[in-house]
Amino acid sequence: MKTTRHRTLRNDLIAYSFLLPNLLGFVIFTMVPIVFSFFLALMKWDGANPAQFVGLDNFFRLFQDEGFQISSFNTFYYVLGVVPLTLIASLALAVLLNGKIRGRNIFRSIMFFPYVASLVAVAVVWNMLFHPTMGPVNFLLYSLGVENLPGWSASVDWAMPTVIMATIWKGMGYYMIIYLAALQGIPGYLYEAAEIDGAGKWKQFWKITVPMLTPATFFVVMMLTINSFKVFDLIYVMTAGGPGRATNVLVYAIYNAAFIEFKFGYSSAIAIVLFAIVLVITLVQFRMEKKWVSYT
Amino acid sequence: MGQLHLRSRAVDAAGKGLIYFLLIALAALMILPFVWMVSASLKLEKDVFRYPFEWFPATPIWQNYSDIWTKAPFLTYTINTAYLTFVITGLQLFTSSFAAYAFAKMDFRGKNILFLGYISTIAVPWQVYMVPQFIMMRHLGLSDTHLALILLQAFSAFGVFLMRQFYVSIPTELVEAARIDGMNEYGIWAKIIVPLSKPPMATLTIFTLVFVWNDFMGPLIYINSDHLKTIQLGLRMFISQYSAEYALIMAASLVSLIPVFIVFFSLQRFFVEGVASTGIKN
Repeated sequence: MKTTRHRTLRNDLIAYSFLLPNLLGFVIFTMVPIVFSFFLALMKWDGANPAQFVGLDNFFRLFQDEGFQISSFNTFYYVLGVVPLTLIASLALAVLLNGKIRGRNIFRSIMFFPYVASLVAVAVVWNMLFHPTMGPVNFLLYSLGVENLPGWSASVDWAMPTVIMATIWKGMGYYMIIYLAALQGIPGYLYEAAEIDGAGKWKQFWKITVPMLTPATFFVVMMLTINSFKVFDLIYVMTAGGPGRATNVLVYAIYNAAFIEFKFGYSSAIAIVLFAIVLVITLVQFRMEKKWVSYT
Repeated sequence: MGQLHLRSRAVDAAGKGLIYFLLIALAALMILPFVWMVSASLKLEKDVFRYPFEWFPATPIWQNYSDIWTKAPFLTYTINTAYLTFVITGLQLFTSSFAAYAFAKMDFRGKNILFLGYISTIAVPWQVYMVPQFIMMRHLGLSDTHLALILLQAFSAFGVFLMRQFYVSIPTELVEAARIDGMNEYGIWAKIIVPLSKPPMATLTIFTLVFVWNDFMGPLIYINSDHLKTIQLGLRMFISQYSAEYALIMAASLVSLIPVFIVFFSLQRFFVEGVASTGIKN
């Protein structure tokens, strides 16, 4: 009895020695800040003067703050633009590339490369290509006889669509790879059987490919949603949240409140709301998973 | 019957043709911004937006590429980024693989709760706790240091999760047999597990490498001193400082892409496999 307990303790110690290097850093620099952010949201603090406990005041102010409403609206606008369009684009790319295609690997790498390319470089080249007065895109549209050329990232109406387009362009190759892997997992005999039954390609796509891909689609939707709520870099470099507040999203609001206005408590309150939104959407998606995702 | 067969073959050929056409058009859409970048980086400022557009400048202005190094300390930025990338990736690999071994192959008290703690933080966006994290770092006297960036990126839950998923698939009998032979846990990790874990290590290395090299928000928040800036932050500063010098901006942007380009095209197999495996595992 004594020896086993000794051995368990010894075993525990060894196990924790494996965990320690990561666990220590993880607890101090991830867990503690996460817990801390909930307390911070209840404080009023500029970082210099002593923090003041204000209860839920930050949240009450938040919901009356027009800037917060605009940021929330913009975030949802962005998410609702990016998620479905990226999903469709990446699925289409994967289906195109799934057949016996010559140069398949080269195509795949080309589509994937923008995903690993640095955001700053991509954002700045997009801004130049879409420059309202000098850029080649508007030059092309002008040569095609388009009047009322869009102002792209410099116009209030077009800034968000421009950012959404850039995001899709950059990200679709990544999700394409996930779909490609899933497509490879669909057994060929399903298509052969459908072929014998006289089902055309279009019908095969909707009756076999789409249902068989639902686990991958679930994963892609989850990743896309979470990543879209986190958007910051691209917007910071392309539009700086503007023009006006046209592309001011929630993370931009968190950044501004904390590092420009030094309202740490208020910025944490926005962060908590962002977290709550992401959490609720994630839970709802998991709830709905059983309804449309089929694991076979 | 024969005719029908012939017709369906013609349809197939037309379908193939359409697929290639679409693929080439899409590939062009993905490449053109980069080609435009190269071409603009080799022009005089006044020619960048001149039409008709010259894809290959008749007299390339190579000097743009030497000018950027003197206009901003890009060499320092590059060295800083390489240093951070190297240290963070190394720490990430070692600590993740070490911790993942305990989660996958050992039994100990508190295992489930700890693992749950790890997993649940993967779903928490960093942006949610970046402010309290920054405040903490500042209290530790670490604002405006590379150490802050290292500490906040080296111990990711994602890395532990990724490695653990792979280690679970290694047969436990292998580990048990080694234990019976009297090998201790550290020996098993070093001599059996690590040599087997090249695939997840390659995946984690690539993800971390690209993430750290391209990270913008971390350095934006933490780094103020010019001599500590990373390439992304430096590039952003350069863009705002020389906002009208399009050719130089393009040259600098291109330089910032080259390392990622080289790593990507030499290791693309691992990229593709890595992404595909994270998708399937879930």
